[in-house]
Amino acid sequence: MTTLTINPTTTDLDIDRPRGGAFAALARHSVALARRSLIKTIRTPEALIDVTLQPVIFLLLFTFIFGGALAGGDRHVYLQFLLPGLLAQSLAMGGIALGQNLNADIEKGVFDRFRSLPVARIAPLAGAVAADIVRYLTVCVVMLGFGTIMGFRVETGFLPAVAAVALAIGFGLSFCWISVWVGMIVRTSGAVQGVMFLLIFPLSFGSPVFVQSDTLPGWLQAFVHVNPITPLVNTIRGLLIGGPVASPLWQTLAWMAGLLVVFVPLALRAYSRRA
Amino acid sequence: MTDLVVRAEGLRKRFGKTQALDGVDLAMRRGTVLGVLGPNGAGKTTAVRVLATLLRPDEGYAEVAGIDVLKQPQRVRRRIGLTGQYASVDEDLTGTQNLVLIGQLLDMHSSDAKKRAAELLEWFDLSEAAGRPAKTYSGGMRRRLDLAASLVGRPEVIFLDEPTTGLDPAKREDMWGVVRTQVAQGSSVLLTTQYLEEADALADEIVVINKGRVIAFDTPDGLKRRVGGLTLRVRPADPARLPDALRVLDMVAAPGTNASADTAAGARGGAVSVPVTTDTALDEALPALRRAGVEVTELGLHLPSLDEVFHALTSEDAVPQTSKEAELV
Repeated sequence: MTTLTINPTTTDLDIDRPRGGAFAALARHSVALARRSLIKTIRTPEALIDVTLQPVIFLLLFTFIFGGALAGGDRHVYLQFLLPGLLAQSLAMGGIALGQNLNADIEKGVFDRFRSLPVARIAPLAGAVAADIVRYLTVCVVMLGFGTIMGFRVETGFLPAVAAVALAIGFGLSFCWISVWVGMIVRTSGAVQGVMFLLIFPLSFGSPVFVQSDTLPGWLQAFVHVNPITPLVNTIRGLLIGGPVASPLWQTLAWMAGLLVVFVPLALRAYSRRA
Repeated sequence: MTDLVVRAEGLRKRFGKTQALDGVDLAMRRGTVLGVLGPNGAGKTTAVRVLATLLRPDEGYAEVAGIDVLKQPQRVRRRIGLTGQYASVDEDLTGTQNLVLIGQLLDMHSSDAKKRAAELLEWFDLSEAAGRPAKTYSGGMRRRLDLAASLVGRPEVIFLDEPTTGLDPAKREDMWGVVRTQVAQGSSVLLTTQYLEEADALADEIVVINKGRVIAFDTPDGLKRRVGGLTLRVRPADPARLPDALRVLDMVAAPGTNASADTAAGARGGAVSVPVTTDTALDEALPALRRAGVEVTELGLHLPSLDEVFHALTSEDAVPQTSKEAELV
């Protein structure tokens, strides 16, 4: 049996100060916790179905079943219209799993350990969110890759396409805090999915993801107008197939900031209350 | 004044209709083991969660390592290790990854965290499994990893919430060895348990909690004196020899007690038992029974069960029974 000795260099003077200051510590802890989430993702690749297979199925479904009817029989025209919208919807849905995983972690008691350690309250949540970047990037790569095989073509250029992907991921990182918050307040991970679908389906169908919104009745157009998915879809569409970008881009960025301002504190509060 | 490493006064916590803590006071001296004993739902876990900064009490004051738990939880967190009732290791991470993560969150340098992880894994006999995801571990291995995780930062105060519940007796002994080693190295350990035997084996002092209240705070010996302590139990092969067995037991009984007068003694179901002070009573009883020619089918020392402890502690004010309750079956 090895003997363990108390570390003589740890004194009360330096034990209370995080190494390199509070902000550096938060960054370090979040990275360590993000790596934990990534290891979990790699160990359970089946958990990536919602960001790989699912968007592909949506793409096939809507292009081949509705595409003919919706765009005057020209599926290629519809695919060009649909893909940027579906990208936005997939990013919104990509965050659902995050809330579910966090809910499961809390139920299992893994978070009790983190809460008994001297890390900032936000670190476990920020780490999990940061690790989700990989999933959002996967969605973008899969959709653009598979879309290209189906005949989708970027009509603008390389840089606008990169900007579209960056914006989509950024939106995903903001929107997912709703899922984090829901994960903190509902009891089971199944309920997280239920609540999030209830939120996301009206948002994605009541937007220009699938059809031009001028075909909708007036009251629905009013909803489309205040829907955060709308400016996101319009911006991504502009960046991928051309069209006005500046105005929807600012609206999207404003929405992202708004989501963060509202849901990060809500999620944090719910997290600290959850015993 | 003695050096108290855990001190709590008047802790109250209510969950809905349940008053989980109803004015709990606790005191643990530095370098000792405090056993918190109580049945399920007594409030043990709630008390530990308050002390380990996971839960804010509705009322009361608590300090750990001289630091106010409510005002400076982060400073407390740098000095404690917690192992909860359910193994809270991360199943997808390997043993090493679990421990290194804790080390990183404790602001250790990566190389130190890795060294410490390897050291603990070896100590807990998990070196071979170090590279496997924890979901492949057996229940006992997970418990050990969980305990190792709470020791990564060489904490001053260690909280163990029912560390041996669900472990087989051999694993339980191992766990006891770990606790003793930690104390020998200068840590203080607060552990909750449902087993009087465990509290007796490890604790310097025992707090008995029931329904959110402390109903006793004593050394194990003091507690045993109050609840009857060890009993020696004999079951003669021939029930007709009970009176002879009783006579022998009276000779080895603790001073001031005897089988015929002590409330905790008497005969039940063809056996007799008496309170004894030490286990040497067993050495005296066996030859005496032989000399008296009493054959036995059962002869043993018993600690009172938790039920008996509660019965004794909650009925201390009751009039002691003096009549012998020897029923011959």
